[in-house]
Amino acid sequence: MQRIGVFVCHCGSNIAATVDVERVAQYALLEPGVVHAEDYQYMCSEAGQMKIIEAVKEKNLTGIVVCSCSPRMHETTFRNAAKRAGINPYMVEIANIREHCSWIHKDKEEGTEKAVILARAAIAKVNLNTPLVPGESRVTKRALIIGGGIAGIQTALDIADAGYEVDIVEKTPSIGGRMSQLDKTFPTLDCSACILTPKMVDAAAHEKINIYTYSEVDKVSGFVGDFTVDIRKKARSIDMDKCTGCGVCSEKCPMKKIPSEFNRGLGNRSAIYTPFAQAIPNVPVIDRENCIKFKTGKCGLCSTVCQAGAIDYEQEDEIISEKYGAIVVATGFDTIKLDDFDEYAYNQSKDVITSLELERVMNAAGPTKGHLERLSDGKHPEEIVFIQCVGSRDVTCRGKEYCSKVCCMYTAKHAMLIRDKYPDVNVTVFYIDVRTPGKNFDEFYRRAVEEYNVNYVKGQVGKVAPMENGKLLVQGVDLLDNRQILKEADMVVLATAIEPEAGVRKIATMLTASIDTNDFLTEAHPKLRPVESPTAGVFLSGVCQGPKDIPETVAQAGAAAVKAIGLLAKDKLLTNPCTAQADELLCNGCSTCANVCPYGAIAYEEKEINDHGIRETRRVAAVNTALCQGCGACTVTCPSGAMDLQGFSNRQILAEVDAICR
Amino acid sequence: MSIENKEFKPKIVAFCCNWCSYAGADLAGSSRLAYPADVKIIRVPCSCRVNPMFILRAFEKGADGVILCGCHPGDCHYSTGNYYTRRRMSLLFSMLDYIGVENGRTRVEWVSAAEGVKFSTTMNDFAKTIHSLGENVRLGDIRCKN
Amino acid sequence: MQELITRGKELLADGSVVGILGWKEGDFSYNPEPAFFQNEEELDKFIYDGFCGANLSKFMIEASKKEGKTLVFLKPCDTYSFNQLLKEHRIDREKAYIIGVGCSGKLSLDKIKEAGVKGIQKITEEEDKIHVETLYGDKTLNRSDVLLDRCHVCKGKEHRIFDEIIGESKETNDKDKFSEVEAIEKMSSEEKFLFFQKELSKCIRCNACRNVCPACSCRKCVFDSNKFDSAQKVNTNSFEEKMFHIIRAFHVAGRCTDCGECSRVCPEGIPLHLFNRKFIKDIDELYGEFRAGEDAETVGPLTEFTFDDAEPQEAVERG
Repeated sequence: MQRIGVFVCHCGSNIAATVDVERVAQYALLEPGVVHAEDYQYMCSEAGQMKIIEAVKEKNLTGIVVCSCSPRMHETTFRNAAKRAGINPYMVEIANIREHCSWIHKDKEEGTEKAVILARAAIAKVNLNTPLVPGESRVTKRALIIGGGIAGIQTALDIADAGYEVDIVEKTPSIGGRMSQLDKTFPTLDCSACILTPKMVDAAAHEKINIYTYSEVDKVSGFVGDFTVDIRKKARSIDMDKCTGCGVCSEKCPMKKIPSEFNRGLGNRSAIYTPFAQAIPNVPVIDRENCIKFKTGKCGLCSTVCQAGAIDYEQEDEIISEKYGAIVVATGFDTIKLDDFDEYAYNQSKDVITSLELERVMNAAGPTKGHLERLSDGKHPEEIVFIQCVGSRDVTCRGKEYCSKVCCMYTAKHAMLIRDKYPDVNVTVFYIDVRTPGKNFDEFYRRAVEEYNVNYVKGQVGKVAPMENGKLLVQGVDLLDNRQILKEADMVVLATAIEPEAGVRKIATMLTASIDTNDFLTEAHPKLRPVESPTAGVFLSGVCQGPKDIPETVAQAGAAAVKAIGLLAKDKLLTNPCTAQADELLCNGCSTCANVCPYGAIAYEEKEINDHGIRETRRVAAVNTALCQGCGACTVTCPSGAMDLQGFSNRQILAEVDAICR
Repeated sequence: MSIENKEFKPKIVAFCCNWCSYAGADLAGSSRLAYPADVKIIRVPCSCRVNPMFILRAFEKGADGVILCGCHPGDCHYSTGNYYTRRRMSLLFSMLDYIGVENGRTRVEWVSAAEGVKFSTTMNDFAKTIHSLGENVRLGDIRCKN
Repeated sequence: MQELITRGKELLADGSVVGILGWKEGDFSYNPEPAFFQNEEELDKFIYDGFCGANLSKFMIEASKKEGKTLVFLKPCDTYSFNQLLKEHRIDREKAYIIGVGCSGKLSLDKIKEAGVKGIQKITEEEDKIHVETLYGDKTLNRSDVLLDRCHVCKGKEHRIFDEIIGESKETNDKDKFSEVEAIEKMSSEEKFLFFQKELSKCIRCNACRNVCPACSCRKCVFDSNKFDSAQKVNTNSFEEKMFHIIRAFHVAGRCTDCGECSRVCPEGIPLHLFNRKFIKDIDELYGEFRAGEDAETVGPLTEFTFDDAEPQEAVERG
């Protein structure tokens, strides 16, 4: 018989407000095996953990039940506490009375009743727990970074500097990401390319970093320390070893009318192209969908003009399979589509642009060579209106509930830069709130208002209507003066919400990393483990985890790198001891379990068995615990019940069922 | 006390896989998306860990409904677990229906870690179904009731 | 029959086999039972007639543990079970010498009795007729009227695995194997419940179905082990009757060759094959036709999947 201690957490008022924690503890004492029960403010605190440790010592506890938040949150904390108390960490079970109870049931009676039952189930399970000891698995000392923007580059540099091999997989033809599209950066106004390009060069030149551009992750298998990833190198149609990056092919390409992705469709590129001048690698790509050669079989001009003979129309996608110990997701963001925001006339007028498009317009290498002009007629604008929170903080289904975080600052930056360069242009900013937390951020915003006389109007814009005179009629409201505003603008700039890059869901699925309703990757803990995914060995860097600016992204990139380095520095990892185990006396040797094992962890051996005095050689299943991940597929397929799962045994689960249905 | 006067409080057992559905239930909790307290969750590593014996046992002991939640097909943490679950439960549920157990009493739903809303609506909906079916008498040990 | 005995004696004599799995006379002429023969003299009791429905495949599990080969007589449908056991590594092909025996359908004593025959003394078979000598005079019945149910859905006259074949087989398939299942499927939920409640309440948990079933070949049945707290339970309530038969059917789903032995041996006459056949029908309809034991290699339908399998809800509601 176990000697079980039950610890009921108040979680401040998170649990205690809707669950009578004292009563849960009282009822727990009535359960078989329970010799100690108490409730405490915060079980996860050091003082709370000490209570567990003391109780173990005083009452010789052999098992622990903590009624608290989700085991996904603090199971490890309490297992460690058990370890400190000198009992096996796997003698701990958590009754989730917060996420599954107090947070969703308003009625205290109801909540308490359910909490009592959940505690009962955990107690019933612990009664059948057995001490488990983890095994060991190896660590491949190589990291994969998915995404080659500033987040990915910085993570790669930091990991590589620590001495580990790093591969970057970037789906576009060049690394650089969104930051390479920006003109200036707030709050210092230094040029984005000037600070990014050296990092790109460093990454490319680093002997430990290997960059796969125009490539995507195809398949991921394995687990922390030992992932196997298939990387699809899409056919570039260029021999990267031969290409000198002279650019003649792009110059001569007759197909020049393709909207440039890099310039957000505001300029054109050729079918064979490098996305921008500083692209790394400086090797073009043939866009096969638009290339005349691929479409009609004729042309082939690029091949003719290429002195290096680097053009290869026959090139095919190549799959590279590589092993990694750690994977960092740095897939970044895009701006949302504005098709559902008709009121801003984005699809009707060329003079309504997004802020990211404005970055390209303001950039000396952009479609207007850095001249601020109306895209409809090239005229110099006199009146520019900025609209904040386009799709951000928007509870309707067309927008995003969250704050995109960077828009307030970049809008201040745009307004300031325009007022600085063109003092004749009037700039008005419509905002809901101006949010400027960050070092030197509010000062920056105040300069825009006070030194540069940017006209900030608290209120939203209801409609932007193209007028016959070519201007745009902006109908807004000034909430502070409580009046309607009608403004004839030459240009309207929309601070469009940002959202995770479209492919992230597919990547998260392959990694079995969790993702939230907005497609941002979920952290292992929102405060305490913000750069780790709940899936072991997967780390998060940059906007894929949530909106953030460049300094925050770089900081997180460094943090993700440190976590990855911490993993790669280990020679061995302890494996999950909750693995399948075959009872040799019950095993029929039928191989059915091996058929369903996704890890090939079950082998069969001929073994001398002593079955209650009957000695015979039998074919029996043997589980390789280093490979077994503990899914339990085998346990159900086994008719005799010879296969069982440690930590989630048949009898443990049945005990929970019984306790709940009692 | 007559049985008719007693308010029917169904017992519902929800088996949730650790990686998707249990996390989805956590998300429903942290998003404060309520569902009836009749639903009690049992955490299993994968939906494929759920043995038909567990489901039958729940009914034996007085459960009125059993729901099994796992990762969406294709998203299984263990790659293939839920595909086996799908076949096994298709057969088991079909058998239960065949022997005259009301088919609403058992359900499989795929709920991802991101689908707190789906978890909550699923549980609300399932609890409603069980409420309308009433007490489970066809597959259970009558002695466990009352 | 004599041919089988002669051949058996030969094989014993030349040392090709050390034992023979066959049938011997029972207490009455119409209830032969499985037997293991170790020498020529014992073979005098050997019998093979219309009442030798018993499937001998399962006995090969024990026979596989012996030194030397065992001669086993298998009817065409028995070879499916043999293959299935082979697939599951439960028997050793090297330890078996298979003589495929001819079969033209096996007889049901119950059906003979149902035909109003009482006081049976002796039964003799002809091609299409059965002659019964009774205390009250002789009676002649049509063979097709007194065949075991399973023979009406005969899998065919082909032996799926054998070393040699003696005797002619005849297909006796004249019914749709799923018609009974379909009839139940058409019932209302209430009717289904009442039907099975009535049938299963007869179960005395004698385990005859389990013991005879070639797929129920576990060293230790889950209902006898402590793994699920289900050990040694008898049917104390209506739940346990159902539990046992649902789980038994589930455990043999995709492995059951539909040999029908469970229904044949049930002393209470519960149509247990209706469980297995329901699974077979579901598997055929949902995952493509599958016949367990057709060969010894193909993996079973519950140990594989496709990405677009039906959802459980669809499977149930498909009607």
